[in-house]
Amino acid sequence: MGTDAHQLSGTFDPGVISQRDIISIRNKETVMKKLALYVLVALAAAACASNEKKETPAAVTDLSSGAQQPQSGMSSSTTQQQKPMGSVSGNPLTDPNSPLSKRSVYFDFDSNAVKDEYRGLVQAHSRYMTTDKRDSRIRIEGNCDERGSREYNLALGQRRAEAVKQVMTVLGVGTGRIETTSYGEEKPVASGHDESAWSQNRRADIKYSGE
Amino acid sequence: MNASPAFRARRLLAGAILLASLAVGLARAQLTIDITTTGGRQVPIAVMPLAGDTSQPQSVGDVVGADLARTGLFKLVNTGGVTPLPTEPSEVNFADWTTRNAEALVIGKIEPASDGRVEVRFRLFDVAKQSQLASYSYVVASAQLRATAHRIADVIYERLTGDKGVFSTKITYVVKHGRRYELQVADADGFNAQSVLASNEPIMSPSWSPDGSRLAYVSFDQKKPIVVVQNLAQGTTKVVANYRGNNSAPAWSPDSRYLAVALSKDGLTQVYRVPAGGGDAERLTDSPGIDTQPAYSPDGQWIAFTSDRGGSPQVYRMPASGGAPTRLTFEGTYNVGPRYSPDGKSIAFVQRDSGRYRIASLEIATGQVSVLTDGNLDDSPTYAPNGKMILYEAQVGGRGQLAAVSGDGRVRQRLTSGAGDVQDPAWGPMPTN
Repeated sequence: MGTDAHQLSGTFDPGVISQRDIISIRNKETVMKKLALYVLVALAAAACASNEKKETPAAVTDLSSGAQQPQSGMSSSTTQQQKPMGSVSGNPLTDPNSPLSKRSVYFDFDSNAVKDEYRGLVQAHSRYMTTDKRDSRIRIEGNCDERGSREYNLALGQRRAEAVKQVMTVLGVGTGRIETTSYGEEKPVASGHDESAWSQNRRADIKYSGE
Repeated sequence: MNASPAFRARRLLAGAILLASLAVGLARAQLTIDITTTGGRQVPIAVMPLAGDTSQPQSVGDVVGADLARTGLFKLVNTGGVTPLPTEPSEVNFADWTTRNAEALVIGKIEPASDGRVEVRFRLFDVAKQSQLASYSYVVASAQLRATAHRIADVIYERLTGDKGVFSTKITYVVKHGRRYELQVADADGFNAQSVLASNEPIMSPSWSPDGSRLAYVSFDQKKPIVVVQNLAQGTTKVVANYRGNNSAPAWSPDSRYLAVALSKDGLTQVYRVPAGGGDAERLTDSPGIDTQPAYSPDGQWIAFTSDRGGSPQVYRMPASGGAPTRLTFEGTYNVGPRYSPDGKSIAFVQRDSGRYRIASLEIATGQVSVLTDGNLDDSPTYAPNGKMILYEAQVGGRGQLAAVSGDGRVRQRLTSGAGDVQDPAWGPMPTN
C-alpha cells in the first residue's frame, strides 16, 4: 500500500468541476449525475438537507480509474431505515436522503489522494460542521486493503484520514475538532482477496462524536 | 468519542481484567506443525521410550523426538523391538544401534519420587564412541512432564548442535474467528494454547517483555488503536499509550524500561518512546512522512524502524534515544517491519517484489539481503530466541497461518490451526530458570 503516493492532496476548489474531471468522464449520464451531486451538495448544505431530491449522490463513478470503485454511499445507507419523502425533521447524519449520511471516501491503490468524486461528500460534512453543528467533533478512520505489512498499513490508513482532514480544515473546520485514526487492514468491509474487495477496503470513514 | 479519555481508559481496564489472565482456559484449536526440509545433513538419533512413562496423550520420549525432528536437523531412528527398555549405560547394546545407523541415543526412566512427584532421568550417548554426552535428573509434578520433555530436548539439542534449544519457549499470536479476536499464548510446539485476551475489536502487534512476564499489544477496544501492557501471571493491564490519533507498534527496550511506539498525535505517524510503567511520550523521529515499526537492537544501542521519508518505505536505524537515522535497505520500493536477530547481526523484514510480500533478512555488516520465503503475503517476522528460526505470518488460501523458516531458508514449518485466521506472531524469550 501507498509506497509511492504519499503526498497529501493539497488543492481543492469546492465549487468547480475541474477540466480533468470532465475529460475523464466519458459518459453523459455520469456527467449529469456528477453535476447533480454538486447541485445537491450545494442545496443540502444551504437547506440543511431537505429531501426534495430523489436522486442520491451515491451513483457517481469515476470511469477514469481502471479499478471498479464502490459506490460512495454503500457503507451507510443499507442499514438505514428509509424515511418518508418530504420529512424535514430527523437527523441529516442518518437520513439516507441526506448527503451527510454518506461517510466513506474511497482511495486508489497506493494513494491517499482524495478523489474529486468524493469532494462533494467531504464538503457537505465540512459545511455541516461549520454552519449547522459548530460543536460537533468527528473521527476520521482510515483503512487499507490487506496487502502489505499490518503496522505500516495502520500508518497508511491514518495518512488517508489525514488527507480527508486536510480538505476539511481548508474548508474551515478547526483541526482540534477532527481526530484521525486508522484500522489499517484490520477491519475490511469486504472480505475477498481481489480488487473488487480491496477497492471497498481502501477508504476513510467519517464518524461523529456520540454516534 | 463520547466518553472522556480517563473514563474510557478505566472502562477498558475493567473489561480487560475480566477477559485477561491465563486462567481463561484452553483455546479451541491447537496448532499442528508440518515441516519441510531441503538438503543438508540430518543427525540420526534414537529416542527410546522412557521406562515407566505413562504420559498421555504423548509420552515424554515422543515429545522429545518431535521437538528434535521439527528443527529439520535430526532424523528419528526406529526404536522398535528393543526389550527390556535400557535405563542404564550398562544395558545399552551399542552394536545394535550402530546397525540401525543411529549416531546418538537417548534412554531414560520415570519413577515415583517420595513426595508424590516423579523423577525423570535421561542419558544421551554418542553411539560411535560409546560414550555418555549428558545425564540429567528432574523431580517434577506429573503435570510438568511435557515441560520436562522440552527441557530434555533443549539439553540434547544444545549438546549436539552447540546452539541453545528453544523447545521451552512460548509464542503468542492473534486468532481471528469471524469477528472475534483472541490473543493466545502457546508452547513453541503449538501445544497448550491459552487465550489471554478476547475482544470483538482487532488485536495487533503483540510484543514480549524481555523476561516474558508481560505482553504489550495494540487494542482497538476504544474504537481506535491504543497500546496496552498485560501482566500474564496476574492478568492485569495498563494503558501505556492512548494519545490522540493512532497508538501502535510497541517494542520493548532490552532493559525493559521503555516501549518504543508509533504515535500519530502530532500529525503523521512517528516513533516515540514511553516508560514501560506509564508516563509521557518522548519523540524520537522527526520526518515529514511515516516513521513506524520500531525495534530495539539486542544491545539496546539502536532502534531500527520503517520510514518513507525518502519516497518509499525503507528500513532505517537510529540511536536508541533518537538522533540522525541511517538508511539500511536499498533494493526495491518496499522494505518494512524490521526485527533484529538475537545476536544483533541481522534484521528480518518484509520486502515487496513484483506485488509479492516476502520475508527477507539483511546482514547489517555487509548489507547482504537474502529473501527467505516464497509466499504472496508474508508479514510479521519474529526470531526464535536462539536466532535459528524466523516465525512469520503467511496467507494460505485466503487465511492467515503461521509459518517458520530457518535462517538459511533450508527448513520450513507451517503451523496450521483448525479454524480462523492466525496472525501477528511473536516468539517469546528464553525462559528464566
